[in-house]
Amino acid sequence: MIEVRNLTKHYGDKHAVNDISFTVDDGEILGFLGPNGAGKSTTMNMLTGYISSTSGQALINGVDILEDPIKAKSFIGYLPEQPPLYLDMTVKSYLNYIYDLKKCKLPRRAHLNEVMTLCKITDVQNRIIKNLSKGYKQRVGVAQALINNPPVLILDEPTVGLDPKQIIEIRTLIKRLGKNHTVILSSHILPEIQAVCDRVIIINKGVIAAHDTTDNLSKNVSSDHRLLARIEGPREEIVRALRDIEGIKYCRADMEREPGVYEYELEAAPGLDIRRPLFDIVSEHHWYLLSLQSTELTLEDVFLKITMGEGVVIPSQQKNGGE
Amino acid sequence: MGAIFRREFGAYFTSSIAYIFLAVFWLFSGYFFYGTSLYAATTDMSGMFQSMFLICVITIPVLTMRLFSEEKKQKTEQGLLTAPVSLGAIVFGKFFAAVALYTIGILMPFVYALILSGFGVVEWGIVFSNFLALLLLGMAFISVGTLISALTENQIAAFMLSFVALMALYLIDVIAGYVTIDWLANGLRTLSFYTRYYSITCGLFNVSTIVFYLSVAVVFNFFTIRVFERRRWS
Repeated sequence: MIEVRNLTKHYGDKHAVNDISFTVDDGEILGFLGPNGAGKSTTMNMLTGYISSTSGQALINGVDILEDPIKAKSFIGYLPEQPPLYLDMTVKSYLNYIYDLKKCKLPRRAHLNEVMTLCKITDVQNRIIKNLSKGYKQRVGVAQALINNPPVLILDEPTVGLDPKQIIEIRTLIKRLGKNHTVILSSHILPEIQAVCDRVIIINKGVIAAHDTTDNLSKNVSSDHRLLARIEGPREEIVRALRDIEGIKYCRADMEREPGVYEYELEAAPGLDIRRPLFDIVSEHHWYLLSLQSTELTLEDVFLKITMGEGVVIPSQQKNGGE
Repeated sequence: MGAIFRREFGAYFTSSIAYIFLAVFWLFSGYFFYGTSLYAATTDMSGMFQSMFLICVITIPVLTMRLFSEEKKQKTEQGLLTAPVSLGAIVFGKFFAAVALYTIGILMPFVYALILSGFGVVEWGIVFSNFLALLLLGMAFISVGTLISALTENQIAAFMLSFVALMALYLIDVIAGYVTIDWLANGLRTLSFYTRYYSITCGLFNVSTIVFYLSVAVVFNFFTIRVFERRRWS
């Protein structure tokens, strides 16, 4: 269990993290979401005792990380943004080193084999880390965090730089680990957090911008209210007509994609499906609707919405509408 | 501490620094052994031991340059500092790994003494006390190099700075000679690494020398620990 109380970190005048509080229960996966430089890594570095906090407290299983760092650290398996791998070592000797470093008491052979099997690195165990692909290096990074079976896992952007297949593998692994570990996972990729985490904290400019369960955040998901339409016809007229659709909040003509064909960005009130009225208007005027696409909200949009108090809107996977 | 020591000691051999260090160390010491003992046809090894001081100034930075700078550069430092070990264990683990390799280097004079014993009578007591003096001197030097390595993430910078620092310690008596303020000059002379070492090569061994070198090693390792503590709290 992790308890964070009013954690703050200042670098001179700069507030990297400002007054963050949250708890993570046993067996829960918490997602830490935020753009680069939001304070995710700083928070994780404070939780793991790599840097100190300016004020506030972080308790790992009830142990303060600053008061009894060695004990608190022994509860944590940490995968920093850049896995701390000694490139000249083989996977096996590296994991053996970590085993010794963490003063692990579990049966050495069996434990290392178990971790390697879990991370699927058994067949590269005799290779030198330097020569491994990025995906394998990342998995060795996860493996070193798992050694000594710590109750708390803190993973800083574990899927960065991996190919889609590897991302899915790592996600599956984290989900499996979440069953008997407390996990904090950071990412700047929205669907990833959604796929893996029970609860999400959105952090921006060092403060918590939103904090809710993934389910709750997903309830407000609306992917149909924001559309990209490609319509053939006179531009000004089309914009004017589209703005008349009931419930539309925003309409703008984008660039010309094909001769005489523009792309239009449309946004309606959340939860309102404007695809049908849109189709009606286009066919009434005898224009041609060449494509219709719902767009995925970018993270920036989510932040904008959260900070502007418009409620949380998180898009689901991108869907393609018909013509 | 054991894990860090073993990894660091192993890394000397995988990164080939161990071979370079030992080759250079033995090459120079062998040259001076040849020049001052074999060629001069004497079993007195003090000339060789005196020149060992300068060999240490040149070669010890090779041992210490990557101890911490490399960790910082490869970002492995983060793994080390978030592991359930104390800063003291980290610093001393690395320190002793360097000392261990250095010790292998300074075992060579025993081989030289063995060679000489074929030609005449060797004063083994003096050889042994010289070995001990070299060990103490090396520990002090290695602690200085360790501190400098913790201050930079560039191996070459660590090497050059350590070399300059050790050279300054070597030349401290010369520097003291140029200082006209009496108390400062005397103060510098009491810090002299070379005078202490030199008197041992002549067969004078006393406790204060042991205490001096050991406390230098402890103080500098303590500084290194402080560097990491400060960085954490900054």
